[in-house]
Amino acid sequence: MIKLRFKKEMHTPQGKEWLDIDLNIPKGEFVTLFGESGAGKTTFLRILAGLTQPQEGYIEVGGEVWFDSRKKINIPVQQRKTGFVFQENSLFPHMTVLENLEYACGDKKEHRSISEWIAVMGLKGLEAQKPDKISGGQKQRVALIRALISRPKILLLDEPLSDLDTNARLSLQDEIIKVYQKTGITTLLVSHDLSEVLKLSKKVFVIDRGKIARSGTPQEVFVNNDVSGKFKFTGQIIEVQKDGVLNILTLSIGNNVVKVVASDEEIAGLSIGSKVIVAAKAFNPLILSQKK
Amino acid sequence: MQPLFLTFKLALIVTAILLVIGVPLACWIVFSRSRFKYVVETLVSMPLVLPPTVIGFYLLIAFSPQYFLGHFLQSYLGVRVVFSFTGLVIGSVLFSLPFMVNPIKAGLQSFPLALMEASYCLGKSPWETLHRVILPNIKPALLTGIVMAFAHTIGEFGVVLMIGGNIPGETRLASIAIYNEVEALNYHTAGLYALVLVLVSFFILLVFYYLNRKPLKIF
Repeated sequence: MIKLRFKKEMHTPQGKEWLDIDLNIPKGEFVTLFGESGAGKTTFLRILAGLTQPQEGYIEVGGEVWFDSRKKINIPVQQRKTGFVFQENSLFPHMTVLENLEYACGDKKEHRSISEWIAVMGLKGLEAQKPDKISGGQKQRVALIRALISRPKILLLDEPLSDLDTNARLSLQDEIIKVYQKTGITTLLVSHDLSEVLKLSKKVFVIDRGKIARSGTPQEVFVNNDVSGKFKFTGQIIEVQKDGVLNILTLSIGNNVVKVVASDEEIAGLSIGSKVIVAAKAFNPLILSQKK
Repeated sequence: MQPLFLTFKLALIVTAILLVIGVPLACWIVFSRSRFKYVVETLVSMPLVLPPTVIGFYLLIAFSPQYFLGHFLQSYLGVRVVFSFTGLVIGSVLFSLPFMVNPIKAGLQSFPLALMEASYCLGKSPWETLHRVILPNIKPALLTGIVMAFAHTIGEFGVVLMIGGNIPGETRLASIAIYNEVEALNYHTAGLYALVLVLVSFFILLVFYYLNRKPLKIF
């Protein structure tokens, strides 16, 4: 169980805001922090890792107190040993893939696990490469292994997929699921990508201007309760065209561009760039195999 | 040849000392949150703007046996700083300090913070992070500091003349020997010293610029 209760002043473009958090995360859960940029998601992870200090609060992980402003307890970042995967590439550029992983290892057992991890993550043959010679997706795979190899108590993922193209992102999402199933490690993912949240996590906290605005399963949080669609996609509006009494929305869903019709009420409050969920019910789709 | 030998001996010792104190000093200036660091930063860069004779003058006063510090060193520790090789080392270290500290500072400032934090999250101490992650990634800055400090020490005149004087075999460096020979109208000897300094400085800088072209492959 992770118990978090803290306040931290943040300087945002809109002025001073307080990141004010009070929540518990059960052991072994995969939780997403969702929100606009500047909402405090990254600060949240940094406080948990010990990279940033809150003004006041209490942090307990698995029975160990990591931070207590009243008792002046602040376990340093090195002793917390959280598995942190950063948004930007944080592999050490002067070390090879293998050296990056060896750097993270504490004992012989961890050293021996390197080859297994490399095989699981599909990085065989890249051990001797320097980070600037491998792709963005491969870099984040290495970063993920590096964060996990010394078996941390929690895994903190700070938008690790945001700089990747769609294909690399989808396959790394699968890797993250695989890692989570293999290790059962309590994982906190920061994301502002709706489809990612729906795909990966069981529980989501929506952070808005430093406060937890909503929480629950991704379905509860993002999908209106009166829709129980047989299938749903999340997409982004790229064009709105008025056509008689209806509107034609052009959406980008995954790799595809699709057009759907929408009533005036449905598009109220939406504009180009808005994220939406497209759901259909009472309707049987055709499944066709794809020509290669 | 003695003045030349003395010059290179001094440059080597001074560069070694500067490397040892320059790295922690630059780290402190870059990573500390103390307001006091701006004072230290300014003091480090003072030799860049002051005439060398000013620093030499203050060192001469500070270490001269008539005054407290010099008196203390001489009577209790038996160390005489003025008009000695030790004095040259102290003066040169102070005078070449910015040439070592400023490049390292610039290297550290452009070093991505995320790499440092990643190392901390992996349980590594600041010291281990410094020597296994930070220093290997700022090699060009270190190399610049080493070369600049070395070359600048070779080229000193004012500070060393003030604090060291002109004692053959002890404080008579090549730069001072040239001045000395010219005064004695020995143009030939002066020209020889000058030519050696020009050639050595030229090749040090040439090798440096060549290596810095592909800085990571040379070590």
